[in-house]
Amino acid sequence: MIKVVDLHKSFGPLQVLKGVDEHIKKGEVVSIIGPSGSGKSTFLRCLNLLEQPDSGQIFFEGVEITDKKININEHRQKMGMVFQHFNVFPHLTVRENITLAPSLLKKVTQVQAQEQAMELLSRVGLADKADEYPRRLSGGQKQRLAIVRALAMNPDVMLFDEPTSALDPEMVGEVLNVIQSLMSAGMTSVIVTHEMGFAKEVSNRVLFMDEGIIMESGSPEEVFNQPQNFRTKDFLSRVLH
Amino acid sequence: MLETIEKLLTQYWFLFAKGTGYTLLLSGITVFFSSIIGTVFAMLRMSNWQIGKFRPLHFLITAYVEIIRGTPMLVQLYFFYFLLPKAVPQLDFSPFTCITVACIVNSVAYVAEIIRAGIQAVDKGQMEAARCLGMSQKQAMVKIIIPQATKNVLPALCNEFVTVIKETSIASTFFVGELMSQYKAITGALYLTIEPLIIIAVIYFVLTFSLSKAIAVFERRLQSGD
Repeated sequence: MIKVVDLHKSFGPLQVLKGVDEHIKKGEVVSIIGPSGSGKSTFLRCLNLLEQPDSGQIFFEGVEITDKKININEHRQKMGMVFQHFNVFPHLTVRENITLAPSLLKKVTQVQAQEQAMELLSRVGLADKADEYPRRLSGGQKQRLAIVRALAMNPDVMLFDEPTSALDPEMVGEVLNVIQSLMSAGMTSVIVTHEMGFAKEVSNRVLFMDEGIIMESGSPEEVFNQPQNFRTKDFLSRVLH
Repeated sequence: MLETIEKLLTQYWFLFAKGTGYTLLLSGITVFFSSIIGTVFAMLRMSNWQIGKFRPLHFLITAYVEIIRGTPMLVQLYFFYFLLPKAVPQLDFSPFTCITVACIVNSVAYVAEIIRAGIQAVDKGQMEAARCLGMSQKQAMVKIIIPQATKNVLPALCNEFVTVIKETSIASTFFVGELMSQYKAITGALYLTIEPLIIIAVIYFVLTFSLSKAIAVFERRLQSGD
């Protein structure tokens, strides 16, 4: 579904990605773990061209989206993204946050968009908040809203960029539950996370990134229980107690 | 003194009314055009169109803003008062037109700065989230960024409009008929200084104060949103 070939990205003199190759298949749940500054968020943000790679190619559903001639907006509609800091729209109600993009871009009628929004909201337990503004929501509720906002576009893949890192500890669970139910329903997902237990439980595959490359890739059992690379071992020994 | 003020108001009210009218006309035209042109300039200044490393639009508008902000209003008024009729003699500009143009040119620079700051104050995650949903740059700007920026800029913009009303008094140097010009006329004719001054000060205050209050109400209405 997403194929990445020899991806490079620098910010000024700092080389963040130094040649990443990866193939994410339909229905797969891929977790990306690694120390801070290893390039995992940058890699994720390159997948929908939120960061423009310096070189390399990205194919999404067979189309090269790094090609300058394609209309990236069309392809982004099929790639949902969830951010660390939620980025819900504060000037719109919860319901409008969800209906805006579909009614603007997908030519669904207001009524259809509304129905879908309510259905999504009740799925994540926010139906009673539909007419509130986001400032009245807790962090966990904002993140659940951000997730269903992305789902309203019916994406083929979901990208999660540290979705629980900005949450108070007691709210991590509710957000992970939503993400997990999505994944078990077969949504192709890529998640950058520091929640090792979660990564171990939900992933089909775990990528360990460090120094701008994928150092190790394998099933959760392989990566967590029998890491081959000494950097992976070192990292895991520091984060798993 | 109160008697004199009363007498002035009953005998010469039409001069004060005319002055108020011209002040409102001059500042109204200025505010109208500077809001539109200022917004466009703010957008152009933020545009990324470049030739090599050089961003011509950014450079030109930044230079314009800096020059206007770095020179006195009075100098700018003189400049346009003398320059415009010479530059396009065919159009036969009246002093009022020259001064209006000068006021607009002045105010545009400030409005452009206010709007640029307001847009840049919107968290950049908002633009990213909008683009990730598949919106174009323009759609994201119109639906997500500008509504939030409006709230950011309203207080500063209101300030600028109050300033415009007050600064039109400088235009009296060229006797274009606004309040301060009427004051000069009355003083010249009646040898009265303080009394007419008090009257026009009150009028200026009523104008600016009611504008501030009106915008505050509007602002509260927007704020009730989030």
